[in-house]
Amino acid sequence: MDTDTRLVADLARDLDGTFEALVLAHQDRCYSIALRMLGDPGAAEEAAQDAFVRAYRALAGYEPSRIRDLRLRAWLATIVLNLCRTRLSRRRAVGPQPLSLDLEGSGLPEPVTTDPSTSPAAVVDRHAERDRWADLLSTLPPAYRAAVVLRHVDGLSYPDLALALDRPEGTVKAQVHRGLAMLRTAYEAADRLACEEMTA
Amino acid sequence: MTTDDRTLEAAMADLATTAPPTLAPNTLVAVGLADHMARMASVIGPLYVAWNGLGVSAVESAEFADTHSARTGRPVVPVDRLPSALAEAIDRRLAGDRRVRIDLDLRGHSEFERDVWRKALDIPRGEVRPYGWVAGEIGRPKAVRAVGTALGHNPVPLIVPCHRVVRTDGTIGQYSLGGPENKRTILASEGLDPDEMEAAARRGERLIGCASTGIVCWPTCHTGRHMLPKNRRPFRSLAAAAEAGYRPCKMCRPASGTGTIAA
Repeated sequence: MDTDTRLVADLARDLDGTFEALVLAHQDRCYSIALRMLGDPGAAEEAAQDAFVRAYRALAGYEPSRIRDLRLRAWLATIVLNLCRTRLSRRRAVGPQPLSLDLEGSGLPEPVTTDPSTSPAAVVDRHAERDRWADLLSTLPPAYRAAVVLRHVDGLSYPDLALALDRPEGTVKAQVHRGLAMLRTAYEAADRLACEEMTA
Repeated sequence: MTTDDRTLEAAMADLATTAPPTLAPNTLVAVGLADHMARMASVIGPLYVAWNGLGVSAVESAEFADTHSARTGRPVVPVDRLPSALAEAIDRRLAGDRRVRIDLDLRGHSEFERDVWRKALDIPRGEVRPYGWVAGEIGRPKAVRAVGTALGHNPVPLIVPCHRVVRTDGTIGQYSLGGPENKRTILASEGLDPDEMEAAARRGERLIGCASTGIVCWPTCHTGRHMLPKNRRPFRSLAAAAEAGYRPCKMCRPASGTGTIAA
């Protein structure tokens, strides 16, 4: 029995006793989705917390059979994504926000790297590269960004992705490919620009 | 330079990160499965306030704060200070503003207890009512002792002002938050004189009538505060006041605590 199957079985039996285990099992991915959709760690933490609160309230009203049938990964992703969409449209309504490139490193825990060959310089380079990809991702239209984030940052399967985005599998596949293509174009364009500047 | 799919996908997978350590505990607090706790200054010294997404769940002295988790079954997530909105709401409530809304988490308590605490909230700052009044007001006139027990179990003293309920014989009575001395201190801070209140009760002054209006009140009722001393008429009971031609005040409703309804 995988973790999620056990979790939904336990949630159906004892929501209050199991909810912490649900949060601990899914907090990194919910936070990552929110961070890559919103770009701001503070807003991402808020969105992830709101998502869990909504999940708790929904679960409290569900019949046990409905809880046992939940596709937990896709279901939570939908909730996080909806909250991110609301925040993004609110942000659009109040006008463009300054992009914060440095927030990623502001006291937040990074994944533990166990590679002993990681030199400080390599870590710095890797962070710079991550920031660069994160910035490029934030320039994608939200629909493509969501598809790429859920598929490749979160690692959702295509059936789960179709469920989370409420679109046919063919459509979400196309969105992921189109999103990656846009990222590639933007990445290479930036590289070309850097080369031109050096040779000019 | 081209970027192959695998590089691109690896770069995206590398954007997955770990949640900040505050996310899980704050989420549990938000849904009411854990409590935040912070210190608050008060006239009886430092107190500890516990709250979660449903509302304030406890106001306790230091010794009880240590056992909060064991009593409630909810882990405590200590924080430096109360959220400013909550701190301000509590300050306003303690200053006598009864309109300010403070959500309370009273899960696990009986409907009777909640009725008693709701009624205590009706007693204005600077006034007191006897246990029997609360019992009468909630439609359980014989449950005077149970009212006392419920007030003793009030998890949020000060916010729910159980200190404003005194014994039917006019003495100050017990207080759950550190004993009767604290109750006297709080009442004094609200402008009352506990010694004088008890002395008046010993003299048999349970109710005070106003000769010019013909209305009889609980001694601390604010409507009677501006009464001229020459108009002040103490009574032992509502029956005695009724006999003298006085009708009970509609604000402090002395009929609720005396077991008799004036004709």
